Amino acid sequence: MPNAETAIQLDHVSRQYTMGGATIQAVNDVSLAVARNEFLALLGSSGSGKSTLLNLIAGLDRPTSGSITAQGLNLAELTSIELARYRCNTIGMIFQSFNLLPRMTLEENIELPLRLAEVDREERPGRVREALERVRLTHRLGHRPTELSGGEQQRVAIARALVNRPKILLADEPTGNLDSATGEAILSLLHEVQRQMGMTIVMVTHERPLAERYADRLTIMGDGKLLSASESAREAAR
Amino acid sequence: MKPRDLSDLAFRNLREAILRNTLTTLGVAVGVASLVAMLSLGVGLQELASKRLSQSGLFDTIFVTPKNNFRGMGRPQREVQSDKPPRTLDEDARQAIEKLPNVIEVYPQVRFFTEVRFNNKPFATVVAGMPESSRNSGSFDGMQGNFFSSPTANEAILQIEFAKDLSDKPASLIGQDLVLRYAERQALPANDDSSSPSGEPSGGFSVVPKELRLKIVGIVETEPAAGYGGYGNARLLMPLSTASTLRAAQVNDLRDIVRDNSANKTTYPSLSVRAKSPSHVETLEASIKSMGFAAFSLLDASKSLRTFFSVFDLLLGIFGSLALAVATLGIVNTLVMAILERRREIGVLKALGAADSDVQQLFFVEAGVMGLFGGFLGVLFGWLLGRAITFGTNVYLKRQNLNPIELSSVPWWLVIAAIAFAILVSLAAGLYPASRAAKLNPVDALRYE
Ligand SMILES: Nc1ncnc2c1ncn2[C@@H]1O[C@H](COP(=O)(O)OP(=O)(O)OP(=O)(O)O)[C@@H](O)[C@H]1O
Ligand SMILES: [Mg+2]
Repeated sequence: MPNAETAIQLDHVSRQYTMGGATIQAVNDVSLAVARNEFLALLGSSGSGKSTLLNLIAGLDRPTSGSITAQGLNLAELTSIELARYRCNTIGMIFQSFNLLPRMTLEENIELPLRLAEVDREERPGRVREALERVRLTHRLGHRPTELSGGEQQRVAIARALVNRPKILLADEPTGNLDSATGEAILSLLHEVQRQMGMTIVMVTHERPLAERYADRLTIMGDGKLLSASESAREAAR
Repeated sequence: MKPRDLSDLAFRNLREAILRNTLTTLGVAVGVASLVAMLSLGVGLQELASKRLSQSGLFDTIFVTPKNNFRGMGRPQREVQSDKPPRTLDEDARQAIEKLPNVIEVYPQVRFFTEVRFNNKPFATVVAGMPESSRNSGSFDGMQGNFFSSPTANEAILQIEFAKDLSDKPASLIGQDLVLRYAERQALPANDDSSSPSGEPSGGFSVVPKELRLKIVGIVETEPAAGYGGYGNARLLMPLSTASTLRAAQVNDLRDIVRDNSANKTTYPSLSVRAKSPSHVETLEASIKSMGFAAFSLLDASKSLRTFFSVFDLLLGIFGSLALAVATLGIVNTLVMAILERRREIGVLKALGAADSDVQQLFFVEAGVMGLFGGFLGVLFGWLLGRAITFGTNVYLKRQNLNPIELSSVPWWLVIAAIAFAILVSLAAGLYPASRAAKLNPVDALRYE
């Protein structure tokens, strides 16, 4: 049951793909509740459906069956335009491969969600600066993504995800392309940002030790299903 | 997204693939240029033709004759039967016709064949009287020298061919005198109790040779007299009033003998009516006919000419559009390529909150911008092309000792229509790529590195 403390509620969510007669259950009857301001880590082997689940929560994809409620919105009831607005205002996303637009400067990359959210032009530079301050990259405003290290690019991606002050941050293997020290720095940054801004984080990762250190809770997926419904990070660490 | 942001993003996307997008835009420009060049030639030729024709006075002139005219004598009789009683074509009639709306002038034809002496050598030619209204009709545009100094001056304007007959250096003729030798009608001494106190005698006439000295004031290249009096090439033009006072014997005079002409007023064998514009000719012709005269104009000829030019323009437009159609495919191709290239970018945009419509509009604006620039460039190219063709033609004409002409014309409506058409066509070309980009599944687009 969703309540005021629940940020994300999944009820019997399934997503199947049909490819040439064969049906693939990428996500199979998943029910999950994520509390407000919780940092949830989603683990599991490759192909277990973690990214698919994340995309469903992001509203980039729709479930074949089941319902998803996020911040009180039943995603199934939203039109595609409302879904886009939801992604814009409620969700922030970061990816393994950063997905910065290489042809734009950092400033322009971070401004992009503000353009999409139709934020006033005068307000934008301040918002961009604020987001860059959070990730401590203010001095590289005019650079292009390719001129930065992987860790720096991911920090820019985080700034871009934060610039619209989302309530939910979805991260798909944010440390996957980084060395362990940099990965740790990124997670520490996410943790810090979460406490400052107050938001719910769902992060897919393969790195269990990192997840145990920074996440509030670990959930493990296998073959489209949740293997362990709620494993507190502290219990897991023991 | 707000329009400003949309265009910002579109422009920066276009700038990123600058070479390809420039080439595509140039393709549109070439298409528009060919369309503009073709149409400007069509419009130019049409303007040229209708200007020449209106200068000739052929299409704004109505020829009026009395109804009971001699059949088969010069004038085609279009309406043989009519319920209106025939009226005499006298001074009253002339003034009545002149009072009709949209009439500039009504004048009799004075045109006679005669001998001209210049440097004591005789030359035979046709002399025509030009009404004062011909001064501003455009017929004498580009003439050498000047128009008659007054409507009653003893002055002559020569047609260039005639001037060449008179002298090897036609231009040197201006200011010189020539002598007109003509036959004057003189009334035969009638009965002592003259029944004709004034005006034309009805009894007949004798012909007396006379001379008149005329000063050459100008030389014209075209034949402006064609419409001013009908047939035959008049090669020496003089003011109508001067010509009228000569009372030179004309072919028409025979009629005066045959006709029982008891009125006191001057009667005319025929009158020319100048309408304000060819568009007034039809109604005027009808009103004159209803007054009881025979009227005749070349309106039908000008109508079919206009039809010809619309078909001509249409054909030129179709040929011009072919290049634009090819350019359209270029836009489609460029944008479809851009979708493939920007697949991930589209996925990212959608993940960041872009709606399908945002992506669609972005591609649409990119297509529109290429159309806009292509349109502007194309109009410029097309104009230059038209200039080049005009220039080339004029170089040729100059070598042939002919006057330069304005072959191509790019009116404002063509500029605006061409740019609008380019944008429209580009947007149509952007339709498919834009909807394809909008439909791109972001999950797929983001999955693979
Ligand atoms: N568009 C699609 N069409 C067909 N099958 C798909 C599609 N997307 C995902 N799948 C399948 O769904 C399953 C889950 O994929 P998903 O990307 O969610 O796995 P994952 O847990 O994120 O794996 P990884 O850790 O490698 O990223 C896989 O078997 C995959 O092949
Ligand atoms: Mg994945």
